[in-house]
Amino acid sequence: MLALLIFLGGLLMVVFYVINTYNALVGLRNQVKNAWSQIDVQLKRRHDLIPNLIETAKGYMKHERDTLEAIVNARSQAMSSQSIGDKAKAEGLLSDAVSKFFVAVENYPDLKANQNFLALQEELTSTENKIAFARQAYNDQALFFNNKIEMFPSNIVAGILNFTKQEFFEIQEAERAAPKVQF
Amino acid sequence: MALGYTIGVAWVPHQDGGILGMMMAALLWFVLSLISYFSGDSILLSMSGAKEVNRHVHPQLFNVVEEMKIAANLPVMPRIYIIDSPAPNAFATGRNPEKSAIAVTAGLLSMLNRDELQGVIAHEMSHVINRDVLYMTFAGVLLGSIVILSESFWRSQYYSASSRRYRSSSRDNSQAQAVMMVVAIVFAILAPILARLFYFSLSRRREYLADASAVRLTRYPEGLASALEKISRPDIQLANANRVTASMYIINPLKASSRNMVNAFSTHPPVEERIKILRSMMKGANYKQYAEAFSKVKGNASLMPSSALADSESVPLRPSTASAEDPRSSKQKARDLGDLMRVLNNYLFISCACGLVIKIPMDFNRKVLTCPRCQREHDPRSARPAPARVSPG
Repeated sequence: MLALLIFLGGLLMVVFYVINTYNALVGLRNQVKNAWSQIDVQLKRRHDLIPNLIETAKGYMKHERDTLEAIVNARSQAMSSQSIGDKAKAEGLLSDAVSKFFVAVENYPDLKANQNFLALQEELTSTENKIAFARQAYNDQALFFNNKIEMFPSNIVAGILNFTKQEFFEIQEAERAAPKVQF
Repeated sequence: MALGYTIGVAWVPHQDGGILGMMMAALLWFVLSLISYFSGDSILLSMSGAKEVNRHVHPQLFNVVEEMKIAANLPVMPRIYIIDSPAPNAFATGRNPEKSAIAVTAGLLSMLNRDELQGVIAHEMSHVINRDVLYMTFAGVLLGSIVILSESFWRSQYYSASSRRYRSSSRDNSQAQAVMMVVAIVFAILAPILARLFYFSLSRRREYLADASAVRLTRYPEGLASALEKISRPDIQLANANRVTASMYIINPLKASSRNMVNAFSTHPPVEERIKILRSMMKGANYKQYAEAFSKVKGNASLMPSSALADSESVPLRPSTASAEDPRSSKQKARDLGDLMRVLNNYLFISCACGLVIKIPMDFNRKVLTCPRCQREHDPRSARPAPARVSPG
């Protein structure tokens, strides 16, 4: 009788543990998804801002056709990419193009004095930052989730219930390197 | 509680007195806690004269707060307030991350560049995610009720000194009561001091922790370091701050002269030390790096238990944002900020054809307004609630 009770108690504890872990994992996965949707929102915002920016800058920057075209191309490429890996790569290229553009802007004092352009620049700078921070938050969440899936004993539950690891949103090497100053 | 008990015993010559005093202490603490839990943030905000702003009033401030909200993975955007004061400072409030608010002064906005503002907002956001507001409110209420209780004990001693002498001299337990009286006096002296010591040391720890979390969020310690350097310099005190609200601010709003002195009764660690710790974080931006830098600067003292340092993944630092510099001159910046504060104070604006923007206070009630520069006449009713400015696309 006692043995049966102990057995039932143990079984109950295991069941509770599985339910608990499952719920925790689902919660974590939703947080990862939420963090990813944050990145998505900001990427879309950047795509929306760029046409305005080009429109404002076009009149001033007649000699920077290449820079402007590079942004437009990178934008359309980024908008058409699908998987997380592709997207990260295309968006990295777009970030590069935008930062090259802002370096070029330094040579156009008229453009820099334009109120409309300043407002757009602030918006775009902030959107770039938000993308970086959203990526940071996403990677933190994904790491936490992946750790949970791999670590004992939650890995048993995750394995049975088919939780898979989340892909990181990696940055391109070119973007990560700080700009070099040459003398 | 012990303080309440002994004071109660000393007051009423009976065992029940102790219980009564204890219950009074508990009740006082409970009521004050409830009040500050449910309306502490609005009390604090109205005490400091803060005005709520939206995205259009100050896009950069709004953007920086949103960036930090994303970095911290907060569910909702905190409310943003601006305080009309030249003293650079900022604070956060709200009992949980869903109901938080961040307030900055106009002086802070005019003084800092984008990266530095980000550092300060990250520090305030860290107070929100670490639930420091809750911590410090309850600690503050505990301190407050201990102070009130011992204060009222002294007052009552003063008023009832004569009557008590006659009443209790013939009782059996007068001796016991005298002992209790001595104990109560000792407690009444010591408890407020000990409570203050505890409160201030807790407050300083939470400041260091908020600095560490701020770096974790921004990956850029230099932003917060140079912001602290800038805002600790001016000798302006915040008019609407007092001892109770002091621990909420990013640097001590009172006693500008003693910001760099450390003693047991300061709410904030010395600014110089905070800057030094931030500047010696060269390798990474996680808590472990901050704790290492902390130990290096402070000798062998350690900040956090190692259990709090679980996130040992390497977190790389990032370079400064290229376009952080504001192209506006400091004069233009101050002028824009003046306009902003007038918008918040319900001023109206008329753009005159000569280029002057005339600012009209709320209580202006004459029929005709003459431009002070070109003498053109305007109708005050045509005034608009915002100065003519290009809105962001």
